[in-house]
Amino acid sequence: MVTDMAEPQDRPISAVGQRPDADTRLDLYRMMVRMRRFEERAYKLFMRGLVKGTSHLGTGMEAIAAGAAVAMRDDDYTFCTYRGHNHTLGRGASMTALLGELMGREIGVCGGKGGSMHLTSTEHGAMGSYAIVGAHLPIAAGAAWSAQVRGSGQVAVCFFGDGATNIGAFHEALNLAAVWGLPVVFVCENNLYMEYTPISAVTAVPHPAADRAAAYGLDAILIDGNDVEVTYEQIGGAIARAREGGGPALIEAVTYRHGGHSRADPGTYRPSDEVDSWLARDPIPTYRDVLTSDGVDAAVLDEIEADTDAEVDEATTQAQASSPPSPSVIERDVWADGGAAWRN
Amino acid sequence: MAELTYRDAVAHALAQEMRRDQSVYLIGEDVAAAGGVFKTTPGLLDGFGADRVRDTPISEEAITGLVMGAAMTGLRPVAEIMFSDFLATCWDIVANQIAKTRYMTAGQVTMPLVIRTANGGGLRFGAQHSQSVENWAMMVPGLKVVAPSTPVDVVGLLAASIRDDDPVVFFEHKGLYAAKGDVPEGEVVDELGTAKVLREGTDVTIVALAAMVPKAVEAAGRLADDGVSAEVVDVRSLVPLDARTLCESVSKTSRLVTVEENPRLCGWGAEIVSIVVEECFWDLDGPPTRVTTPHVPLPSAGEIEDLTFPTVDRIVETTRKALG
Repeated sequence: MVTDMAEPQDRPISAVGQRPDADTRLDLYRMMVRMRRFEERAYKLFMRGLVKGTSHLGTGMEAIAAGAAVAMRDDDYTFCTYRGHNHTLGRGASMTALLGELMGREIGVCGGKGGSMHLTSTEHGAMGSYAIVGAHLPIAAGAAWSAQVRGSGQVAVCFFGDGATNIGAFHEALNLAAVWGLPVVFVCENNLYMEYTPISAVTAVPHPAADRAAAYGLDAILIDGNDVEVTYEQIGGAIARAREGGGPALIEAVTYRHGGHSRADPGTYRPSDEVDSWLARDPIPTYRDVLTSDGVDAAVLDEIEADTDAEVDEATTQAQASSPPSPSVIERDVWADGGAAWRN
Repeated sequence: MAELTYRDAVAHALAQEMRRDQSVYLIGEDVAAAGGVFKTTPGLLDGFGADRVRDTPISEEAITGLVMGAAMTGLRPVAEIMFSDFLATCWDIVANQIAKTRYMTAGQVTMPLVIRTANGGGLRFGAQHSQSVENWAMMVPGLKVVAPSTPVDVVGLLAASIRDDDPVVFFEHKGLYAAKGDVPEGEVVDELGTAKVLREGTDVTIVALAAMVPKAVEAAGRLADDGVSAEVVDVRSLVPLDARTLCESVSKTSRLVTVEENPRLCGWGAEIVSIVVEECFWDLDGPPTRVTTPHVPLPSAGEIEDLTFPTVDRIVETTRKALG
């Protein structure tokens, strides 16, 4: 049963993360609202033909990226997938730079050379969105190795989908990270579908990440990826443990994408009652209810939403006003000298 | 001046750079305790410690991914991929990730890493441990590609590759590991993107790389006995490519023969012929000619392996034909 997979396992990791305090709870809410409004705007711009190519929206999956981002230290590293808008925004990249990149504008975070699937903002520790499934797990392990030998105390957090658990790089990275005790937290965002196919139909175990943890001597951690306080605590706990030299962790956070796999996919292969049950567990209204029932003034939450709407509008205006990239950048930045010359 | 083998030159260069720069690390299968399956890294574990010289599992994607992530975040790592054929198992990381990430992020990321690998044939290993795959790397924008032919070039070019801020795939030729040559005392650092004229001549330019270089030199000696003056140029670095030196030589001799160990199609010689035809056409007295391995996967038995790769005889014959 799909819903069973969403039940948090009662086996907490050894270094339990902190419960969020009142300010942090608002940060978590704000972060999720900003991600949702950003994705909604990205979708609209796509439908208007202002975003080309493809895009893979993280609508419905915000609680994982938000919980992790709020728990991270500013100089920690994030590695994410082509479904990486939420994670890059969460680390602090501006909406203008991200929407500009989606729209292929000069103001884009990668100057229009990356696009939706390659959002990167290294100044915010967002070390890239990787579009070949699973490739970034060993790369994240490499950043963790660097942090380990430099003694910097930084942790790498690597997000990937359930589909990545069946590719070789997943297993190579997990094994090496465990053997070397690297400060890296692998977060599997299990949205139950590997593109158009139920992950359960193509995977030998029910929990594609958690059930593989034992193979690498790691705890099996299965959490509710739609509860932002759970993700904050559990991913935060794993980060804290990794920072203290406790080595890597593998966390499977079960969630659901509200839309299809990508722009081209209406997602009609999913049973409507399944979709409805997950829409009812939308992490944002659910958390809003939690906060208000705990006494948070609804006006405070309304203000967060209104501020976010204004931010998205302003970012859209600025991004749209930006020019397409100059042809002069085509042969720029292949090499560290800024150029592209391969001969004299 | 000390005489070193090509194999010893690898460890010599690594030690030189690891002493100089604390951010240089070496990882790979059997590189630490065992000193490398080709014995190219002995003594480095003792000299620099288990933190800086580390054995990995047989996980080429992890090895290449690891050096990429480390290079992006402050290290200057060196990875060994035991046989260049194994690059196929991690080609996503090399060709899609390492090569492209700087460009895709508009220069946000710098990738100062080296992937060392044993390339080429002649050891009867069969088709999966003998290929010359430098052209795989050459055709990917964002990778530098270096292949030395002598011990001193191993030291100088490996040092230059480690100091370079871009990713370099460094092809060591396993058939040359036992070759000896003089290496000057003290620090040796060369320059990427520089070809070397090894023998001056006036009638024909023979361009070669790695293990084809000594064969080209021997062929030039035999041609000289017949009164043909052949100039031999060692390309050394395919990316960046020293097209200027190659064109200057061809403009002088008016004829070009390339000698490539790789199979025929899309070998680096084709690119050099293309450059020469486009840029030095009016200096040519005849069509440029390529000597390559035929377009086959490579046999194992010695009698036929040796004949599959360009031989000195074949270089001499082809050059004579090119001269008309």
